[in-house]
Amino acid sequence: MTTQLLLVQALNGLQLGILLFLVAAGLTLVFGVMDFINLAHGVQYMLGAYLGAALAAATGSFWLGLVLALPAALAAGLLLEVLVFRHLYARDHLAQVLATFGVILFLNEGVKVVWGAAPLQVAIPSLLEGGIEIMPGLQYPVYRVAVLGAGLATGALLWWLVERTKVGMLVRAGASNAPMVSALGVDINRLFTLVFAFGAMLAGFAGVLAGPIFSVEPGMGDNVLILAFVVIVIGGIGSIRGAFIAALLVGLIDTLGKSVAPDLLRLVLDPSAARQAGAALASMLVYVAMAAILAFRPAGLFPVRGG
Amino acid sequence: MREAWLPLAVLAALGVAPLLGFGGSYELTLLARAMILGMAAVSLAFLVGGAGLVSLGHAAAVGVGAYAVAILDAHGVTDAARVVPAAIGAAAVFSMLTGAIAIRTSGVHFIMITLAFGQMAFFTASSLAAYGGDDGYTLYSRTEVAGTRLLENRLVFHYLCLGLLALTWAACAMLLASRFGRVLRAARENAQRVEAVGLAPYPFRLVGYTLAGAMGGLAGFLLANATEFVSPATLSWQRSGELLFMVILGGAGRLWGAILGALVFVLLETWLAQQMQHWKLVFGPLLVLAVIFLRGGLAGVVARRHG
Amino acid sequence: MADPLLRLDGLRKHFGGLAVTDGVSLDVLPGEIHAVIGPNGAGKTTLIHEITGIVAPDEGRIVFAGADITRLSLPRRVRAGLARTFQITSIVAGFTVLENVALAVQARSGSSFRFIWPASRERALNAAAMQALDEVGLADRAGQPAGVLSHGEKRALELAIALATRPRLLLLDEPLAGAGPEETERLVALLTRLKATYAILLVEHDMQAVFALADRISVLVYGRVIATGDVPSIRANAEVRAAYLGEDAA
Repeated sequence: MTTQLLLVQALNGLQLGILLFLVAAGLTLVFGVMDFINLAHGVQYMLGAYLGAALAAATGSFWLGLVLALPAALAAGLLLEVLVFRHLYARDHLAQVLATFGVILFLNEGVKVVWGAAPLQVAIPSLLEGGIEIMPGLQYPVYRVAVLGAGLATGALLWWLVERTKVGMLVRAGASNAPMVSALGVDINRLFTLVFAFGAMLAGFAGVLAGPIFSVEPGMGDNVLILAFVVIVIGGIGSIRGAFIAALLVGLIDTLGKSVAPDLLRLVLDPSAARQAGAALASMLVYVAMAAILAFRPAGLFPVRGG
Repeated sequence: MREAWLPLAVLAALGVAPLLGFGGSYELTLLARAMILGMAAVSLAFLVGGAGLVSLGHAAAVGVGAYAVAILDAHGVTDAARVVPAAIGAAAVFSMLTGAIAIRTSGVHFIMITLAFGQMAFFTASSLAAYGGDDGYTLYSRTEVAGTRLLENRLVFHYLCLGLLALTWAACAMLLASRFGRVLRAARENAQRVEAVGLAPYPFRLVGYTLAGAMGGLAGFLLANATEFVSPATLSWQRSGELLFMVILGGAGRLWGAILGALVFVLLETWLAQQMQHWKLVFGPLLVLAVIFLRGGLAGVVARRHG
Repeated sequence: MADPLLRLDGLRKHFGGLAVTDGVSLDVLPGEIHAVIGPNGAGKTTLIHEITGIVAPDEGRIVFAGADITRLSLPRRVRAGLARTFQITSIVAGFTVLENVALAVQARSGSSFRFIWPASRERALNAAAMQALDEVGLADRAGQPAGVLSHGEKRALELAIALATRPRLLLLDEPLAGAGPEETERLVALLTRLKATYAILLVEHDMQAVFALADRISVLVYGRVIATGDVPSIRANAEVRAAYLGEDAA
């Protein structure tokens, strides 16, 4: 029974990790290539979830919603880049933080105006309904397995794009030395825009996938954003590989911590105290892990830039 | 120091406001909120503009101070002689512990780590079921001074906030002008230079971060008393973002800019919220525009006109 | 012969497979200028990083005034009396010229953890700072923002900052880089004056200046010291001419 629960929680943790990776990948590339801190990346995830939900409702098909939401998220990213972010590349991080914070306020309120403050429910597509038996007597939802698979496939695609294509090479070179890339005659602004829009689409994709699992509501991107920050700080800014490993780590720690910590504390505390302290401990765990890792490796696990 | 008339005029205006028809309970509550957030913003301006430490978790220090008041209240401790040192001390210890790790990093890392530690405090507060959890905690009464209910008197509370705001400003200005502050200011601009004259910036930054946290704790004490209510929202990262915005709106280069920024922020927010339900739709873009176009902040504008 | 003030003993540093400093040994005697020259890529920058504590050597020892400082951080080396200047001028541009130097004075006179009294009103700090500015001929610029100084003046300011730490040895990293002919002349005159009071380890490209200033010269090529000696012997050394001067002339 406990092993089964643990297995389910571990799978849930991996799946949270995969979603975090999709959000963090765009964030870490934007950081790495442009040295741009984008707090609004979380609302792009939220926007993806809303677009997916709305388009699925309008077309009556989750799949059509997904296919339409991706270019819509891409377009939203491009629009934000042109309207706001482009004017901030040359500014300091503080200005970037605040301006993108303003974008968060606007979009969190904007979705309330358009779709209302109540959470939207997104139905699981019928193709992926039900569960599969992963152990004798233990069912796990097919949809969640599909999310895991889709995330891994996207991760592999991303790895291929960054490691094996010319554009990916420029992105990697840009992450370690932007002036050099621009000295090679590459239009660095075009590259920025491209990376930006692509990151926005990835975040939007994660949002669409998350729709049927979590509730789609205003502010849903904020916590994901901060976890994604933790991921890229642990992984090392600009590193896709670091983001992947750190995302799984954070997903597992967060999910397992919440189910295991109260049980462990029950060994030394009475049940109600254990539940309370366990909840507190579990929510701190990710940050404690981050602090521990940074205490030994201030630049994260896989630093891209030297030093 | 030619510009010193403006902050003094603002403080004087706050001093006479209750006598000029702004003595109603609504106005006084609003002004108290502005002054308290002003204190928090000034201590943050000390960090950002003085030491170059862009913290996106300053609300956590304020919140830890506020929660110290709530937790003592729940245990029947309401005497200012114990509550005030506890609030300041708790915030200082929190800042010192998180700062010890955060200050090992710099730039974007520092921003994100302070953000993450802020979230850690937020989730911890949310899980404190004994003190209201997510719903927050309502104080039995305001803190007592020498066994009296002095702080219940709105005018007394108004002038207490004003006095402490002025004191915080003076303290920060004094710190920055001192030998200690000289090292901080030099390290903000050129840490290598500071090392090359034989001083390691780290301990100075850590002490500065701890002192700013302590001042935030004092603001938290007042905030808890002003609303007689404490909730996790006090520590949320959005609040940290707002504090940072007050600093920038006022002008990060000048401490008193933060007072101006806090006043304008609170009044604008309140006014907009009265005009329309979805005021953040206007507030967010205003923030973006302020960052892009209002370089140097309001204080910068004033300084240029009277330079 | 007096005991050396600074002694480098077999400093070795590898980056990947490349030995950037390959067993460098040299010493600086009290009151002398010892110059280190060498073509680009000879390992001069890494050597300076090792001496100042930015890069830790893989092997070897650094002994300063009789104490092993190999593992000390830069600030502690500075407090021990080893001051440096930077190849790319490093000053606090937003401070006044005086405050730049006063920062260095306060670092060596009492604790900098003083929170109350305004530092700019500490007469003792300002007086000592003015004295250092006087030494480099910048006294009349004391009230200016450091950022507006000319290149040569910034170089001189950096020297004043180094002097204000009361060093026993000055490590000067290409102090003449980027200076025009007139500025160079002034800086060389200044260094000649300082030579009477301080031991100096000078890393410099300008050969004319090195030959004019140095008591001894060490030639660094591919991470090794191929020759050490006084000016005439280095000028005459065939190996040096081949490895370095010949290359320059070509």
